[in-house]
Amino acid sequence: MDAAASGPPLLEIDNLCVDFVTREATVHAVSGATFSLRAGEVLCLLGESGSGKSVTLRALMRLLPPRRARISGTVRLDGADVLALEGRKLQDFRGGAVSMIFQEPMTALDPVYTIGQHLTEMLRRHKGLGRAAARARAIELLDLVKIPSPERRVDAYPHELSGGLRQRAMIAIALSCGPRLLLADEPTTALDATVQIQVLILLRRLQQDFGMGTIFVTHDLGVAAEIADRVAVMYAGCIIEEGPVADVLRAPAHPYTAGLMASTVHDQPDQDIAAIPGSPPDLRRLPPGCSFAPRCALAMPACRQAFPEPVFPAPNRMALCLRVADVLQASLQPTA
Amino acid sequence: MSTTLAAQPYVDARDRGGAAQPMLIVRALQRHFRVKGAGKGAVVRAVDGVSFTLFKGETLGIVGESGCGKSTLARLLLHLIVPDSGELVFDGEAVAAPRGITVAALRRQVQMVFQDSYASLNPRMPIQDSVAFGPMMNGQSRPQARRAAQDILVKVGLRPDLFGPRYPHELSGGQKQRVNIARALAMGPRMVILDEAVSALDKSVEAQVLNLLRALKRTLNLTYLFISHDLNVVRYISDRVLVMYLGQVVELGPAAGLFTTPRHPYTRALLASRLSMDATRRIDTPPLIGDPPSPINPPSGCRFRTRCAHAEAVCADHMPTLGAWEDRTSHVAACHMADATSGHSLAGTA
Repeated sequence: MDAAASGPPLLEIDNLCVDFVTREATVHAVSGATFSLRAGEVLCLLGESGSGKSVTLRALMRLLPPRRARISGTVRLDGADVLALEGRKLQDFRGGAVSMIFQEPMTALDPVYTIGQHLTEMLRRHKGLGRAAARARAIELLDLVKIPSPERRVDAYPHELSGGLRQRAMIAIALSCGPRLLLADEPTTALDATVQIQVLILLRRLQQDFGMGTIFVTHDLGVAAEIADRVAVMYAGCIIEEGPVADVLRAPAHPYTAGLMASTVHDQPDQDIAAIPGSPPDLRRLPPGCSFAPRCALAMPACRQAFPEPVFPAPNRMALCLRVADVLQASLQPTA
Repeated sequence: MSTTLAAQPYVDARDRGGAAQPMLIVRALQRHFRVKGAGKGAVVRAVDGVSFTLFKGETLGIVGESGCGKSTLARLLLHLIVPDSGELVFDGEAVAAPRGITVAALRRQVQMVFQDSYASLNPRMPIQDSVAFGPMMNGQSRPQARRAAQDILVKVGLRPDLFGPRYPHELSGGQKQRVNIARALAMGPRMVILDEAVSALDKSVEAQVLNLLRALKRTLNLTYLFISHDLNVVRYISDRVLVMYLGQVVELGPAAGLFTTPRHPYTRALLASRLSMDATRRIDTPPLIGDPPSPINPPSGCRFRTRCAHAEAVCADHMPTLGAWEDRTSHVAACHMADATSGHSLAGTA
């Protein structure tokens, strides 16, 4: 975390908007996401399905279909404009400077290529290694992600590996060219609990060793607590709260974050869970004002009129809410 | 009885064995699947000698990692998959046995809710028809079944006038799962099997559905078999918990005792793998190394020994047994360390 506090930002995202345009409607998947990431820092994008966290990652990686997705705003990696990259520059960027770990390794890996072929393709294209050198490096990488007997596994096809090993192989592929920025889209969600913690610990160690900036998308507060330096909570395409992970999870400043924490089941048998009523808004027809207001117990008439401006309740913390002070007070009370 | 089907205290009317008779007794249930291309005679030992008792009015949670046989077990209980061997006794009557209860009669009293809320609804049917379908197939007239469906939709928190005519694709995940619960309850079951019923839902919606399930259980006098991989959810909703590993039961006991003093090393590892929500208390060493082994050719003796820190020679030679678990307070583990006479160096300590 000390390394994260100094130096210029690795990644700057300003007012990123992603709209999916179809004949019938326009879906506002991301509406004005703004955040930055320093080298060596881990940021968790936290949110429920449809909140825009995966779309944000795909926009960063330029993976969205250009015709149907309308992207605006700026994305700068080391000062270079990512949204303007074309052709070979874009190819160098993907896999070289930035790489991505997907949720479901079985669908992200090509079933007709071996793990070794996946790895050597990357190494030869981006690092210019020869055939033999690339294979040797591939085995080293598999060893690095703690895959047992890597000399044998390098020739295995994805279906021959278990879920945990497959995800480790995908991590090896993502790290193969020493990216400056690692994007991880729910990398442990499909794994069993005893395997998930192994992969999380591995990712945490590799991230520290490689010193890369990491954006980690998850819906699980526990995963965020385990790996993040900072968290950004997304709701209906907006980052509604951001701050250091320990502070946000100890005393959330936005009613949605507080509600999400209260509705997570945690050792409280025999009483009802404080669920958030209702469901997230339709992204084709966002309500005026705060998107969370229709579900919020603290909503006032002003919340429904205009979109709230960012509030900074503490150093490094931000929340989009008119009632931050009340939420903070309420969330601090039980522990005080 | 016909119109407000679910509001009646139907349990008493259909109860045959009395309150002390368990709702379901499962004895040595087994199902192996043949697999092609994995060697001659290779079988997946999906469910391998599972025995337990489900008492009336309780919630039994079943936990385990993927591939441990949880879902196969659920399907065996309803004969959606026919067991190779073993015995099922529903409220004192043997299932699919001479002079026992037929599978059709069993399915009228035991309903199931599946994980994938969209795949388990007919996409071409409005949800009120989906919910009314079961009662209609069981002899109710169309208007009767419609009214029953509307009553039950109210109970699961969906306004029938607003949601009844909608198709599944017009509903959110949480709403679809409410419809699936309504459809199961429309048959007026006494027991409901919930197979990962909240696992696909977002946390805020999961909480709503869990609250609903608890409320319905109270008002309709239901018995739940709740299958999940999420230990926190199982802890929250269950009275007793059963832990499975590679097709076998490794631990069974009251939820409070099992979560505070787990006896099997696998249960301890599962509990230690739970993530806290406290960033200052991170886990530094993984409780277990590696993935669960394949259920094809599982390890000899104790199936957990390949990942267990306390494995000894006796664990490879002899398969540990659960021991006596007759009443609902007993807390048993299939581990040589839990058995004082097993010959394990730590015998009697767990």
